[in-house]
This record gives sequence, structure tokens and C-alpha cells, in this order.
Amino acid sequence: MTGDPSLRICASLDRGDFALQVDLTLPAKGITVLFGPSGCGKTTVLRCVAGLEQAHGLITLGPETWQDSAKRLFKPTWRREIGYVFQEASLFEHLNVRENLLFGLRRAGKTRATQGLDAALDLLGITHLLDRAVTGLSGGERQRVAMARALAAQPKLLLLDEPLASLDIARRQEVLPWLERLHDQLQIPMLYVTHSVDELARLADHVVMLDRGSVRACAPLAEAMASQDVALAIGEEAGLVTQGQVIDRSPQDHLAQIQFGGGILWVRDPGMAVGQTVRVRILARDVSLALTVHDDTTLQNRLQGVIESIEADIHPSQAIVRVRCGRERVLARVTLRSLRNLSLEAGASVWCQVKSVALII
Amino acid sequence: MNETLTPQAWQAIALTLKLATLTSGLLLLIATPLAWWLSQTRSPWRSSISALVMLPLVLPPTVLGFYLLVLLGPQGWVGQFTQSMGLGVLSFSFPGLLIGSTVFSLPFAVQPIQYAFEAMGTRPMEVAATLRARPIDAFFSVALPLAKPGLLTATVLSFAHTVGEFGVVLMIGGNIPGETRVVSTQIYGHVEAMEYAQAHGLAAGMVVFSFAVLIALARLKKRSDKVLS
Repeated sequence: MTGDPSLRICASLDRGDFALQVDLTLPAKGITVLFGPSGCGKTTVLRCVAGLEQAHGLITLGPETWQDSAKRLFKPTWRREIGYVFQEASLFEHLNVRENLLFGLRRAGKTRATQGLDAALDLLGITHLLDRAVTGLSGGERQRVAMARALAAQPKLLLLDEPLASLDIARRQEVLPWLERLHDQLQIPMLYVTHSVDELARLADHVVMLDRGSVRACAPLAEAMASQDVALAIGEEAGLVTQGQVIDRSPQDHLAQIQFGGGILWVRDPGMAVGQTVRVRILARDVSLALTVHDDTTLQNRLQGVIESIEADIHPSQAIVRVRCGRERVLARVTLRSLRNLSLEAGASVWCQVKSVALII
Repeated sequence: MNETLTPQAWQAIALTLKLATLTSGLLLLIATPLAWWLSQTRSPWRSSISALVMLPLVLPPTVLGFYLLVLLGPQGWVGQFTQSMGLGVLSFSFPGLLIGSTVFSLPFAVQPIQYAFEAMGTRPMEVAATLRARPIDAFFSVALPLAKPGLLTATVLSFAHTVGEFGVVLMIGGNIPGETRVVSTQIYGHVEAMEYAQAHGLAAGMVVFSFAVLIALARLKKRSDKVLS
């Protein structure tokens, strides 16, 4: 990461019943998801970066220092070039949508300010809401306006604190595609707090897992998803998430072929283009292991690999087997009894039979 | 009405309205920052200051009036100060009355504004800060507009409360026509002089006025509830 601008968050805080101790150097691009159970301190980290809370430590973004306790430096929130999207609707109710959007933009003092607004409106598809009262918006619309408002001021860092948590499932599905659009089109780095594995799998480039105020994992998405800490923390939802590319389509079967670091997979084709980059997610519980390749099975997706490690799982009957397939590590959830029956150990060559692949476009 | 209300009564009504308008205006200026401080501070002084502000609610108006009289009078600290400034003595004058009713109605102005600020929570100010608003800017562009129902209630309450005060007025203002004789003391004067008809005119007016104020407050509350929900 030398030479690359990065986000450094070094913070320690002791409130008696809760202690926070993190030292993170994060890439200043893409989405970094702060992940963990409630009460683990992820929101506190975000608030420290925003300056809404003050821990002891150092916070820098590229060449800018926002806090340096050693030098008694603490920039107040309003002097940090951030955008912050709060968990619940935080729009100003005494202003309409347009006035809400202009609030930050006017104060940011950017010369090309309206460009920022137009881009934000377009990016979040809220141009038609401009003259509406805030109280008349749906939960999903409110969060989109809140995101646009944060972006309109052209921040250098976008902070999102569980922006979907206050929405019901239907609304969440309505807002998620807009977040994915932000991910694809924005150049600025984002810190995204969530406890939802689904959001993590869809949005993260980089993952920081927190537990009781300390960092358990800090790695790129695929690596983090393959780590034992994360696998144990997310339980049933453990598995591989990685990037792949559409290399072929079979229209009569409605399937598409995806090439990724671990091999080739057939997936349901929602109408993709050859060459398109997609995310694939393979849950550990959907992977079984075989010593030899089987052709007399309905499972068509098979990946060859070598067992890297076998680790304890959430239930004493099971284990998480980490299989290195090419450049990727596929997780398989199997019972200890079958491991014993097949005498599987680290170093053994196996076939991963994949029952289902989820596609995240 | 004109036949029952004497010129002195009209003078008292005009003076009452002037006093109430100035008092509620002055109170908005004083109570808003005070209410903000009380709603935000974690200072150990908070409970003492809060109790001090609420004191006029429980003290007999005569006690308050008595101490104000002593303070503002020729021997009091404030009196000596105003005299040295060449302003004379404020007791038994309109400015003295204004000070008295401001102190007397302070809790009625502070409480609704403080509740409004507390109900708002810390979130709107945090949001404003993340949108580059410095604290003073955020106060005027976010906190004050959001507390508008509280500010309105405070204004109506302190206006009405000033119109209805009697004890403090009598203690500190006396009963000087055109200077300190307001409606309530005028009614008292009429009754003392056995002029029941004149007293009736003014007293009935006060009843109607107070009723109207309470209706207005209820409407205000309904509207602010609608905004909050």
C-alpha cells in the first residue's frame, strides 16, 4: 500500500463497561465493511472517524489528519470532508427534499457544487422527489435522499451506519441496488457498518470484523470470508464470496458459465453479458466433499482442490473444511463422522461438489 | 363595553398588553439560550440552575416581589447600580415591572423550549455537523426551526401568564395609573372602591382572554404532535 492514500484509524476508548481498541489501515477506495454483532463497537469506530465521538488516537485520510491525540489535534465534525448516512431517517423535517440536499452543498463551498448535486440526484434516482415534503417519503426514499444529501457536498469519505437496518425486507431490497450503484460508480472510499452478512457479501471489498471492541479480522473480502473467525461469527451463512467473470452462456438451459479463481461454475443466467464481472457466493453448507469425481450425480458444479485446514464449527458434530481450489479457498461444512470415514486430513486432494451458487451482480 | 370600561380601564388594558408583549419578547431572548444550555449540558450546576429557574413556579408572588423590590430599591444592589448609571430607581416604574414579570414568567418560557430541544435529541445537530454546519449555524438553521412549536408555546404561555399576574405587580409596581397599573390591579382597585360593574367588565374580558389562550395552546400542541409523529 505504499504511496497509496489510505485511511488510518487508530482509536482507543475505555468507558468502563465497553472498551474499544482498534488500529486499522484501510484502502482509500471501494467499500470497507465494518462487521460484527451489535455492541461490538463498529458504530463507535464510525463515529470516531466522523468526529462525533472522541477516542484517544490517530485518524488520517491520505495526507489529511483529522485527529492526532499525541499533538492534541482534533478537527470538529463540521471541518471534516465526510458524508454520513445515519441508521434511521435523519432528514430535516422542517425542510423539503431539495432544501435538505442543498443544506450540505451550500456549506461545502465547492465551486462546482451543483455538479455534485446533479450527479448525486442521478446516481440515486431521486430527481422526481425534489419538491416533496420529507414526511411524505417512504423509508427507502428517505434513505436514498439521505445518501444523496451526504454525497452532494462532495465528501472525501462516505460513512454509512447500517443504512438499511431501519427498513423492512422489501424496502431493503429496494435500496440495495442503489448502494451497489454507489459502489460501482463512486471514486471515494466508503466505510459501511452492518451486521447483515447479505450486505457484507454484496457490497464489501474489504472487511473489518469487530468483536467486543477489538479487531478480529481485517482483510479483502474473499480472504476475510474464508477466515475461521468470520466463518464462526456468521454461522449458517459462512462461505466463499469472490469475483468472477461470465465466459459463456447457454440460452437453451438458461445457464451461464462463470470463471473465477477457483475454477469454472455453471449458474442460473438472469440475462448477463459475456465478459461481465459478477460476485459469486458459495455457502459452506452447500458444498460436499468427494475423493473421486462423480458423474452419476445431479451436481454439475465441481471444483478440484486440496484441503488446507479443518477447523471447529458452530456445532460439535461438524467442521469447516477449507479447500484450496486454484487461487481461492472454498469452505465446506461437513460432519466429523464423514471426515473420519473418508480419512480426510489437511493435504488431501478432494472434489468440492457445489449444490448451489448464489450470484450477486 | 365602552360604557362599562372607563378611560382608566382602557389605559390599564393597553399597559397590560404592552407589558405582556415586551415580557414575552424579552423572555424568548433569555429563555432560548438558557433552555438550550439546560438541554445540552452535563455540568454539575445543571440541577441547581434548573431549580433556580423553576423557583417562581412554587414561590408566592409576594415573596418574589418582595425580594425584587429590595434588590431594585434605592438600597438594593441593582438599585444602587441603576442609580450610579443615572437611570434612577426601577421599583415602582414600568421598567421595574418588566424585570419583575420577566423573572416571574421565566419558567413558563424555559420549560416548553427546553422540552422541545430535549425531544429533538442530539441527532439533528450531529447530522448538521456532518453536513459542514458549524455549531452556531446548526443552532439557527436546525435546532431553532425544529423547536418552533416549543418557542410558540413559550411565547403564548409567558404572554398569558404576564397578563394574569397580580402579586408581583402589586409588590414591585404599586398601582400607578399609566405606569404600573395593569388590568389585574385595576380590577382590584375597582373592587376596593365597590365599583362592581367596572370590575365585571374587565374580569369577564380576562376570562374570555384566558379561555382563548388555552384553546390556542391546545391547537398548537395538536399541530406539533402531528409534526412529530
